[in-house]
Amino acid sequence: MITVWATVLVASLGCYGLKLAGVSLPGPLLKHPRVQRTAGLLPVAMLTALVVTDLFDANGRYTADWHTFAGVGAGAVALRFGRSPVVVFLVAIATTAVTRLVTL
Amino acid sequence: MSLRIILAIGLPATLRNVLLVSTATTSSSRTGAAATRPAPLAARAAITRAAAGIGLYAGAFGITFGALAARSGFSLTQAVALSAVMYTGASQFALVGVLAAGGSHLAGLSAALLLGLRNAFYGVPVTRILRPRGWRRMWAAHFVVDESTAMAVAQPAPRAGRYAFWATGITLYALWTLGTFAGALIGSGIDTSALGLDAAAPAIFLALLWPQLSRERARAVALGAAVVALGLIPLAPAGLPIIAAAAVAILAGLLPARRRPETESQ
Repeated sequence: MITVWATVLVASLGCYGLKLAGVSLPGPLLKHPRVQRTAGLLPVAMLTALVVTDLFDANGRYTADWHTFAGVGAGAVALRFGRSPVVVFLVAIATTAVTRLVTL
Repeated sequence: MSLRIILAIGLPATLRNVLLVSTATTSSSRTGAAATRPAPLAARAAITRAAAGIGLYAGAFGITFGALAARSGFSLTQAVALSAVMYTGASQFALVGVLAAGGSHLAGLSAALLLGLRNAFYGVPVTRILRPRGWRRMWAAHFVVDESTAMAVAQPAPRAGRYAFWATGITLYALWTLGTFAGALIGSGIDTSALGLDAAAPAIFLALLWPQLSRERARAVALGAAVVALGLIPLAPAGLPIIAAAAVAILAGLLPARRRPETESQ
């Protein structure tokens, strides 16, 4: 129990430290155009990688669950029609839940 | 049925009002006042609605996390502490997942830190938009997550970006922590997979990514990042495929802008 708490606290403080380090970068560096360009592209790369690992990564092994694909695909269609994150979220989970229900 | 104000976010009016009320602490904008100064307030209302949507997802996703943590042998306090103090979903799932699968504490810790490393990268755009100083820097740092960063960088003006950061960061924090509490209480009594909640995270990340893909260079970066992450899944420990994808963004950012640099700026 104590070790679980120790891991929880060390990991939490470590993650906060990483966030703090990120917002503590020196000002002149941030004004550099290449740094600014990179700053705009970093979320794009990370979010894409998160989508990919969420969909295809099962603890270091490839996975493919078409119910989840259907849900995210339906979410993408909602995005194509200019819908907000809440609509995308609802469409995605509803599609996944329904396809899973009918194909059990 | 659905309301369309500038960003055309379709929601039944009742649900929309409920969501607006739920974020009342982070927003001073009212729909009635939007008519007097349309541009900034309408943008504000649109940001508030998007943040409320993200908050709704965070609540549901928090339940998923809380239930998983409880099933994996974490106590209620530990699960809530992870959401309240660590507050970065992917790292939390990684830590709980590794320990539940029988992995060592060191492996769980490194997975959480590797995934948390991307928040350090997010510090670059967030600092540019928020310009936090002194103790505010320490406060702002806690709210640097995927959603708050993506919402902030998606705004055309820094002022709207700041509002988007705080509205998203605080709403998400509150509902993520509350959801975790509820999920840990319910524990094994909830079948998150039957509810389709495993599609929630990738769908929301895609929604956050979507508006940024209008830039040609961003599309190229997304494609490169997808290839790198996909290729590294069986080769690298959890978290590393995502950190490696950052290299694609850094590489693309260092490349000089071509003929029309203004298309690359935000």
